[in-house]
Amino acid sequence: MYRILNKRELNPTVTMMDIYAPLVAKKAQAGQFIILRVDDDGERIPLTVAGYNREKGTVKIIFQIVGGTTMRLNQKNEGEFIADFVGPLGCATKTEGLKKVCIVGGGVGCAIALPVAQKLYEQGAEVHSVIGFRNKDLLILENEFKACSSKLTVMTDDGSYGKQGVVTLPLKETIESGERYDEVIAIGPLIMMKFVVATTRPYNIPTTVSMNPIMIDGTGMCGGCRLTVGGKTKFACVDGPDFNGFEVDFDEAMARSSMYADFEKRERDAFCNLFKKEAN
Amino acid sequence: MALQPKKHPMPVQNPEVRARNFGEVALGYDDKTAVSEAQRCLNCKNRPCVEGCPVNISIPEFIAKVKQNDFEGAYQIISKSSSLPAVCGRVCPQETQCESKCTLGIKFEPVGIGRLERFVADYHNVNFSGDIAVPEPNGHKVAVVGSGPSGLTCAGDLAKKGYKVTVFEALHIAGGVLVYGIPEFRLPKTIVQKEVETLKKYGVDIQTNVVIGKTLTVDELFGEGYEAVFVGSGAGLPRFMGIPGESLKGVYSANEFLTRSNLMKAYREGAHTPIMHAKKVAVIGGGNVAMDAARTALRLGAEVRIIYRRSMEELPARKEEVEHAEEEGIRFELLRNPVEILGYNNPDDRRDPQNGYVCGITVIKCELGEPDEKGRRRPVEVAGSEYIIDADCVIMAIGTSPNPLIKNTTEGLEVNRHGGIIVEENTGQTSKEGVYAGGDAVTGAATVILAMGAGKTAAKAIDEYLSAKE
Repeated sequence: MYRILNKRELNPTVTMMDIYAPLVAKKAQAGQFIILRVDDDGERIPLTVAGYNREKGTVKIIFQIVGGTTMRLNQKNEGEFIADFVGPLGCATKTEGLKKVCIVGGGVGCAIALPVAQKLYEQGAEVHSVIGFRNKDLLILENEFKACSSKLTVMTDDGSYGKQGVVTLPLKETIESGERYDEVIAIGPLIMMKFVVATTRPYNIPTTVSMNPIMIDGTGMCGGCRLTVGGKTKFACVDGPDFNGFEVDFDEAMARSSMYADFEKRERDAFCNLFKKEAN
Repeated sequence: MALQPKKHPMPVQNPEVRARNFGEVALGYDDKTAVSEAQRCLNCKNRPCVEGCPVNISIPEFIAKVKQNDFEGAYQIISKSSSLPAVCGRVCPQETQCESKCTLGIKFEPVGIGRLERFVADYHNVNFSGDIAVPEPNGHKVAVVGSGPSGLTCAGDLAKKGYKVTVFEALHIAGGVLVYGIPEFRLPKTIVQKEVETLKKYGVDIQTNVVIGKTLTVDELFGEGYEAVFVGSGAGLPRFMGIPGESLKGVYSANEFLTRSNLMKAYREGAHTPIMHAKKVAVIGGGNVAMDAARTALRLGAEVRIIYRRSMEELPARKEEVEHAEEEGIRFELLRNPVEILGYNNPDDRRDPQNGYVCGITVIKCELGEPDEKGRRRPVEVAGSEYIIDADCVIMAIGTSPNPLIKNTTEGLEVNRHGGIIVEENTGQTSKEGVYAGGDAVTGAATVILAMGAGKTAAKAIDEYLSAKE
């Protein structure tokens, strides 16, 4: 059992938790992920590490409440326990040698992008960040990004905060204005990462994306998380989750991610109905 | 009394009924049948059956106890050699091991050794309530990586010698392939749990949710005072064929399909982990894992075909599993090789929810050619013989390649060109001092009992290694 030491709502659909898991906290690095189960009959879901405190033995997770499992997780409060928490899994984001990097985060993906930005900042790199959200209410981690970026651009789809538009707009503008990035690191919805790659490809700027496919064991056993990268089958859990964005087959990844859409909707509805009953 | 030429048949669930449930297929002997089967044993002097057993159970001796109605006595004899008798009695390929050597088998059917082992273990699990004699601790600590058959066996043997053993398991529950791979209808999970509980009574500590190679490394285990490490991390990444369409929705590796059903209980109504309830499933491969995947898909409501590129004669699965599959209505498409998996694509509607799902599989007919290096006749494709089989789900059961996590994080641990850990056959000793390995991590996909044999060999070698160090 793993205790929730701290819980905070970042916006109505995104929650942050610090989980007491000293063995995981000791090893976790930016870019890696964990797998958790909320309770004994729960499903295993991967969440990317959003931070860690090695002294306190805690690992920070930030999750969007999208399906049955994240709804159940969000029901848990400070001091309560979740059944399983295993990691750190996958490979850490490679940051060695990078001097100037643009971090592009979309929605809850910003939670994963933040520790990468912080790590780059701590190693002395110049960090530009572009973070995008649907609207002002969904904005998260602005101050945290500000603290580790020499330049921060906030975008919203509806213009309710920052600039209106998608994250690729300022990215393209900056590149065209002559800014030379060693690398662009994009973390967010698949469609956003696909367009970031389309933006950087003509300029041949190395672009890393963090993939978050459907996964069960997360240790290289089930093969559910496979992706086509550079024409080869790769497994996000052991080969990733970071990949060269130019080589990822995003259309295939998007199709595969919707495999259980119907089931997930039923799970969500079932949970909401249960919740309504409890409230009555 | 005249000698019965045939084994007493194993009572099984009716095929039509069991094809719709996940209850155990084989129901086990009752007392009377067990004693009567035991009486078929000739108790011959040279005991060839013992040689045929990878863990060398004293087979004639335990059978003699069954004859005398002393079932607990029989269990005590088996448990000296095997840590998981209720598991082995169910999943061992006895027909190629102990039973294949049985003297009775020269003229008649061999003694049903596996069935008797299962009977004895089940009897013990239901009836035994005494205390286990926990051995005096010898002050040495050993770490075991993985709680599958090799790890549990190694842990059990060492614990019985007084070692303080900790087993590190990556998943949330102990058992490895016994819980994520082998289906409930062949090996009920309560039985695995029972065997694990028995090991705990011997003092084995099981730490779940620890991935060696990630959470902790092998070298860190030595740093924490473990004096030897056994690596039984099991099979790794599933293989795919590299044909078009393998990333379509509805294509599974057998590992994923079985893990969803077995470990995550996706077969149950109301489970939180999804699994596809397909109508027409094509399983690619002919091993035991292919049979397990096919029979699971059948129970989830599908019409199932097994596609295998050689003929029935070369099919590597256990005969009993193949027979059970056939009885349940699974069709075998033999001498067929998949060429492409076809996906649905509505040209008029890009948003059609069916787009991207499997809708068929193109196969090509094969003939058997010259034998390959293993002596199995090689399938040769017949040009122009392709045709399409209807399917909305394809399960790839064509093997696995070893998991890279431990190899990548353990300096000095040598692996072969397939990625399997290199060991000395008689000891399980790896290229790194104090590190032993066994099971699928060494051999690639093999059987439960071979993994257990390797765990046993390593436990003996670890004991000798640590005793010599004193």
